[in-house]
Amino acid sequence: MVTNVTNLSRSGLYDWMVQRVTAIVLASYFLFMLGYLFFCSDITYTQWSELHSQTWMRIFSLLALFSLGAHAWVGMWTISTDYLTEMAFGKSAMVIRFIFQALCGVTMFTYMVWGIQILWGL
Amino acid sequence: MLVSIYRYNPDVDSVPYMQDIQVEIPAGKDLMVLDVLGLVKEQDATLAYRRSCREGVCGSDGLNMNGTNGLACITPLSAVVTNDKLVLRPLPGLPVVRDLVVDMAQFYKQYEKIKPYLQNDTPPPAIERLQSPADREKLDGLYECILCACCSTACPSFWWNPDKFVGPSGLLQAYRFLVDSRDTYTEERLSDLDDPFSVFRCRGIMNCVSVCPKGLNPTRAIGHIRNMLLSSGT
Ligand code: SF4
Ligand code: SF4
Ligand code: FES
Repeated sequence: MVTNVTNLSRSGLYDWMVQRVTAIVLASYFLFMLGYLFFCSDITYTQWSELHSQTWMRIFSLLALFSLGAHAWVGMWTISTDYLTEMAFGKSAMVIRFIFQALCGVTMFTYMVWGIQILWGL
Repeated sequence: MLVSIYRYNPDVDSVPYMQDIQVEIPAGKDLMVLDVLGLVKEQDATLAYRRSCREGVCGSDGLNMNGTNGLACITPLSAVVTNDKLVLRPLPGLPVVRDLVVDMAQFYKQYEKIKPYLQNDTPPPAIERLQSPADREKLDGLYECILCACCSTACPSFWWNPDKFVGPSGLLQAYRFLVDSRDTYTEERLSDLDDPFSVFRCRGIMNCVSVCPKGLNPTRAIGHIRNMLLSSGT
């Protein structure tokens, strides 16, 4: 058992599952959006804002937003532990990795808060 | 034929270098790479490499031949040589002891970690623990591994985290003991593997499968382990 405190859940299985499930959510959101924009190509602001004021759409969007955050976190965390290692950077690797992870965390949190603000503002 | 060999003797050389040697290949013969190493050694006795059985059984002569890992003793020149040139390097990702000899300690440590022996807490029968032919069959494609390390040293995930990711070879053996009907420590074994590194660093690139000289499939075994973790975890 290899321990780690910075990954999403401490369990490899859980992280793996999260990445798969969020990928499905993101793919369906993307396809839905693509389909919607394709069939309503002459969309007006009113239509657009009506769509986003529906409760189901808000849930769907929020789900996609959270999925993006979790998906990106697992992915970026994996990248940081693959490439920002002691082998590549020597002793300072821990600090570099931590700063990178912290930046990723703050960015994802910002996107999430910002995304909610946009969705609720429409 | 031109043979280009990775040379490094830490006592003498400050950095590794490639040595080019012209080798006469007897006409009409498809030599094995190990035979070529023998011919090189006749010219330059300082070359160091490992070998023992010379028939693909002991797993000691894993090398990187023209970019692909394999056992020198069972790799014919016709399978690797292009443009009459052969480049030989030690297995990638492991520390070099000298020339083509690598330090396998990290690789063995991962093997040790998966507890490669039967564990059973039921009272032993008088003679031996029996296994049905069907259960025995489940070990086919797993027990044949000769620990040559060709797979793990071809795996990027193992290069990046050789101390944390068990690697294809170790995981193939982990599954070999997970499916063995005579082993009762399945739960413990699985919980030892359920961290983000040991198994889940596998990205399914299948480099391991493409180089295994015994034709084994570590990626499939890793998939089975993941499924076992899934069914015990959901
Ligand atoms: S399939 Fe997995 S274990 Fe095999 S080489 Fe790829 S990452 Fe490594
Ligand atoms: S799985 Fe194949 S390549 Fe890997 S150590 Fe075993 S025999 Fe060698
Ligand atoms: S010398 Fe034994 S496997 Fe090649």
